Amino acid sequence: MSSNPIPKPFWLLAEVTYRCPLHCAFCYNPTDYVKHTQNELSTEQWIKVLRDARKMGALQLGISGGEPLLRDDIEEIVAEAGRLGYYTNLITSGVGLTEKRIAEFKRGGLDHIQLSMHDITKEINNFITDTNTFELKKKVAAMIKEYDYPMVLNVVIHRYNIEHIGEILDMAEQIGADYVELANTQYYGWSLLNRAQLMTTQAQLEKAEAITNKFRERVGNKMKVFFVVPDYYAGRPKKCMNGWGEVFMIVTANGDVLPCHSARSLPGLEFPNVSNGAELEWIWNESPAFNKYRGDDWMKEPCRTCPDKEKDLGGCRCQTYLLTGDAEQADPVCSKSPQHDLILKAIEDAKNSQLASQPQPLVFRNDKNSQRIINGEAPELLEGLHSLP
Amino acid sequence: MSGKIKSEDVFGLARHFRFQWEEAQGGYVLLFPEGMVKLNGSAGEVLKRMDGKRTVADIVTDCQAAFPGVPDLEADVFAMLTLAQEKSWITKAA
Repeated sequence: MSSNPIPKPFWLLAEVTYRCPLHCAFCYNPTDYVKHTQNELSTEQWIKVLRDARKMGALQLGISGGEPLLRDDIEEIVAEAGRLGYYTNLITSGVGLTEKRIAEFKRGGLDHIQLSMHDITKEINNFITDTNTFELKKKVAAMIKEYDYPMVLNVVIHRYNIEHIGEILDMAEQIGADYVELANTQYYGWSLLNRAQLMTTQAQLEKAEAITNKFRERVGNKMKVFFVVPDYYAGRPKKCMNGWGEVFMIVTANGDVLPCHSARSLPGLEFPNVSNGAELEWIWNESPAFNKYRGDDWMKEPCRTCPDKEKDLGGCRCQTYLLTGDAEQADPVCSKSPQHDLILKAIEDAKNSQLASQPQPLVFRNDKNSQRIINGEAPELLEGLHSLP
Repeated sequence: MSGKIKSEDVFGLARHFRFQWEEAQGGYVLLFPEGMVKLNGSAGEVLKRMDGKRTVADIVTDCQAAFPGVPDLEADVFAMLTLAQEKSWITKAA
């Protein structure tokens, strides 16, 4: 740790369940999530988490999953968040959002709903999510509008929909979206397993960004469009989570408290769990896990002496570990990383795999596949990737 | 955007934006989907007085009463509202 004072958590993400009716092949959830579908925190435990985090200064609350609406106590959680003064966002696939529930959320003080959309075609929507949810999502979008919520659409972009980006934006405009996040797939969990099939090429990405810029010019301030460039093509790493233990605190379905979504993939770190009586304040301020990569004392070369080290803090620890087997190296997406060739190879493979007539089938995120991975029954999935959890 | 701000204009917070005091931050914040702005002291004082009914002139008068002796308050209020309008934090009431 450097001598800077410990910052306050600002963003609390409550991943209230790993259960999900969708089976998206690009999901960042852990591949072994099925271990934690039977031991979710209770309503009372979530309410305590909300109260404790708010006392520490947390202000933005994301309720996510899995699909949070699979729990029947989201209304209670939302109402408590409202009383505590959080700015609360429900992050949902839309499955399970009924008129009755949305009215209750409105009463409870939910501030906005972020709906995931996948494509303009029923075929791609249903294929990538491995469900029949296309019509439902359109109905839910209309309901969000009807209840006067700001409409925030999140579209994960990958090879199967990047060519439709213009039409996706037109659809967003038609249904009256206020904010659209075009989130190019990042590779963790399930999406890392499926990387060779999901990854877009540099040319596709550049074209998509150009179309997005043109669309922005046309719609002006009416709709805010965020285009999140994927790390692999960014040349420099992202300041992951805005710094380890700086802003974000994630509480998972089973009560683990993490500084980022994928932190449990890192070796040698023990994450405290609120159901074992650990207090959030201690976890954030004192726990070894939250202090492990705070600041820059942990850095090696080339990061240690890099002029950009404050700007990006050496990138993402999880991505670095997953790709290089050593969490304390520079993030290999950085062109200054000695292991940057791993990224160049993945990009090259993506191009080749697009040319292949019979690409490897996608591994969908579902309980059966999760169990197979835990059992070690699918070693072929791990081939070519260094150290998946 | 919507042009130069005039004394008789009336502004309200943009739709779906929330403005509140945050003890932990020691200041006012503006919250909206996908983001948040921590306001400095004077920006907070201006937005606090903006209720969709009062004119810009009313807000200036009120600030002058609350902070007597502060020079150029009127220019500060106009500058703050211009910025807030550029950022789409506020909209002109009909």
